[in-house]
Amino acid sequence: MQANVSVRRFNPDEEDPKSYDQEYQVEVDENFTVLDTLIKVREEIDGSLALRCSCRASICGSCAIRVNGHAVLACKTRVSEHLSEDGSFRVEPAGNQPVIKDLVVDMNPFWDKLRAVEPYMQPSMPEPEAEYLAPNDVMLHLVDVMGCIMCGACVSDCTVLEIDKNFLGPAALAKAYRFVADTRDVEDDKRLKMYNEYGGMWDCTRCGECVTVCPKGVAPMERIMALREKAIEAKIPTGSYDGAAYGYRHSLVFEDIVSHNGRLDETKLVIKTLGMFNLPKLIGLIPVAMNAAFRRKMPPLLHPAIPGVGQVRRIASRINAIKKEAAK
Amino acid sequence: MYSHDVLVLGAGLAGMRAALEAAKTGANVAMLSKVYPVRSHSNAAQGGINAALTDRGDDWTDHAYDTVKGSDFLGDQDAIEVMCREAGQELINLEHMGVIFNRDEEGHLGTRAFGGQRKARTFFVADITGQAILHVMFEQILKYNVRVYDEWYATTLIMDGNRCGGVVAMEMRTGDIHAIQAKATILATGGSGRVFEPSTNALICSGDGMSLAYRAGAPLMDMEMVQYHPTTLKGSGVLLTEGARGEGAYLINTKGERFMEKYAPNMMELASRDVVSRAETIEINEGNDIDGCVLLDCRHLGTAKIMERLSYIHEISLDLVGVDITKDPVPIRPGVHYQMGGIKTDIDGRCWDPNGAWKGVEGLFAAGETACVSVHGGNRLGANSLLDTVIFGRRSAIGAMDYASQNSHLNFSENDWVNGEKAKLQGFLDNDASGDLVAKLRMDMAVAMDKGLGVYRTEDGMQEALQAVQGMRERFKKVVVQDKGKSFNTNLIFALELGCMLDCAETIAIGGIERKESRGAHSRTDYDKRDDENWMKHILLRQGDGGEVTKEYMPIVVTQWQPEERKY
Repeated sequence: MQANVSVRRFNPDEEDPKSYDQEYQVEVDENFTVLDTLIKVREEIDGSLALRCSCRASICGSCAIRVNGHAVLACKTRVSEHLSEDGSFRVEPAGNQPVIKDLVVDMNPFWDKLRAVEPYMQPSMPEPEAEYLAPNDVMLHLVDVMGCIMCGACVSDCTVLEIDKNFLGPAALAKAYRFVADTRDVEDDKRLKMYNEYGGMWDCTRCGECVTVCPKGVAPMERIMALREKAIEAKIPTGSYDGAAYGYRHSLVFEDIVSHNGRLDETKLVIKTLGMFNLPKLIGLIPVAMNAAFRRKMPPLLHPAIPGVGQVRRIASRINAIKKEAAK
Repeated sequence: MYSHDVLVLGAGLAGMRAALEAAKTGANVAMLSKVYPVRSHSNAAQGGINAALTDRGDDWTDHAYDTVKGSDFLGDQDAIEVMCREAGQELINLEHMGVIFNRDEEGHLGTRAFGGQRKARTFFVADITGQAILHVMFEQILKYNVRVYDEWYATTLIMDGNRCGGVVAMEMRTGDIHAIQAKATILATGGSGRVFEPSTNALICSGDGMSLAYRAGAPLMDMEMVQYHPTTLKGSGVLLTEGARGEGAYLINTKGERFMEKYAPNMMELASRDVVSRAETIEINEGNDIDGCVLLDCRHLGTAKIMERLSYIHEISLDLVGVDITKDPVPIRPGVHYQMGGIKTDIDGRCWDPNGAWKGVEGLFAAGETACVSVHGGNRLGANSLLDTVIFGRRSAIGAMDYASQNSHLNFSENDWVNGEKAKLQGFLDNDASGDLVAKLRMDMAVAMDKGLGVYRTEDGMQEALQAVQGMRERFKKVVVQDKGKSFNTNLIFALELGCMLDCAETIAIGGIERKESRGAHSRTDYDKRDDENWMKHILLRQGDGGEVTKEYMPIVVTQWQPEERKY
């Protein structure tokens, strides 16, 4: 069958370089991947098309790009599943990273952020003569995180990075989690404090995009949430970054409100998280509230409890009892 | 000018292990790679890494014997002894760096069985062992702040007479050409699998280092020894790990027979790779195939085991051919996988130095698949390649630092080398549109090589392939590079890679024609027996000044294992 692929291109060698779209017609079959298609374009039609690729088997992480607006590994994505009714699909470079040429993006910020989490094991010293002992289930759990191939698909579609370049991002934080969860690494405390800072674990908004687009099932957001749990357990959230303290309180208040009312009261959530008497912060939120009201997105001021809230409260108290039991 | 004591080309496992060793001692070391380090093809090693740990009741001499036998007695036994003796400590080093490894019930490192070995001594991380080790090695590179020339492509070695003094390389992002001075240069650029089609190898595996060394006057050794892996996926030829058979998977033909019974009654599916690939080829030729494939059957292993230990091949089988290996057998066939031959080195990575005389290129070192020490001889055992990379990566760094400490930089004119290279590259860009496209020429070469130098070979077939490849050298001069730009011109890089592949292809064919016997992966129907009387020797090929190929021989080093009949 014939596929029309529209490729977002960019040539830095031009005098006044601008992005533009170019269409190619390619004969594809049922099993054709997006990568097969792009390679065919590059090899048979237009040798100037730049993209990174190598292994063709979703292990080297080179070919993360956007297909129809979402980040994918080109070699893992079948064309037939992305064709529109008129037999076309759209390819763009990965997002949140500057474009070098066509589908090739600058990954230096990606590696810099990876570097920032101290991405290497820091075990107890001196080293034993043989291996460090470690339970197999811990190692098996880590296999899922080590499955990360650093393709940057999560970074491409991260909604926080879109507005805050300072965020460490899903890949670096998933890597960070790999060390905190590794029983052989003994620097959990130092690490959790480090990841607790501005740009760290509390700046994820839990949109879930990284989980959706990760081609290897690493589920970075879930690793970030696990980091938060560990930080809370270790009573870390008292660092220099007030976002960390608020993040922790936000989770407690969230639970408190839902278990009393059966639903979330967003106004109360904000006020209780920041603190009733934290006037500077609360005043600072007035423009946000006005903007929300203007766009008719202001939550209602009154939140009556849902019908049958008693059941929700019973569930909440059961959970608390179980937690207490587990803590013993 | 950029200047380093030790410059490592390639950032896969061998390259990173070398750079790490040098960095730990505080040496002025840098790595240069055409891809980001974690993109390297060491990633694709799935099954594991071999080591005989004495506290498990294993013995390195058993491992060494299995390796010698696996090599069909072509491996140099002194080198094999070094590798197997140091394997245990290096495995522990990897664990200490942070490699996660599957464990046994007490939390010790766990093992799985692998082909051609009498004991389970393969340590593994599910079926992503290469990736797991590569990424941890990269963590160490970050820890020690090693300078990496990311996405730079080395186009030539800087030579003065017989001495290498660095490289000329293109910074791909800008297209700028630079000279990098180095007292010692280590080639760790991987294999040449793209010389064939189909191949398990990544698109970057174009034998660049072998070609760089060859053009600089270094000999390539035993190039005819190309491993066909028994289980490569129908279509794309992507690898499915030997670990599947290590965990107990069967090979079956269309009649549902476990055909390995006929060919290797003791080891069955876990005979060495050359043996299994030949068996599959016979089955396919006899018509017991489906579309040129036999079947890998994992169903009886159960979903739980498959998802814990073989989850990656489950993923790619589903992605690439739509087969769920927990429910159905998956079609596979033998496919080009590994180059046992390569740049002749000694056990310290030198290219090469018998007692103070540099008989290849002085100041040049090599490690990993691009090198030929030779530990794999005629056939590499599964899970010995990862081991080879870390052992000889480390050793070559020690050798290179030693050399750098005793020698100064080579004096050369940076401008001359840079301008000379620019002119050469411009030559490609100036070709008009009348010639072949790069991809077309590569495919013609790769198909010719597959036809002439497949699992079974004949004089006529190999001659035909050689003539085809030599003919392509003329076409290559006129190859069309459509992209005329400077920045990230991958089209130009592919053309340069193709030039490297042609060097590899030619030496593979010449080596094959030269070796008039069947040994390891080199199976000739016209000389179907191993001939220890005449061929217990390596074949070394050098490029003469006029481009002609000269042949030399070297005896195989035998320490304690005399050649014997090889049965599995």
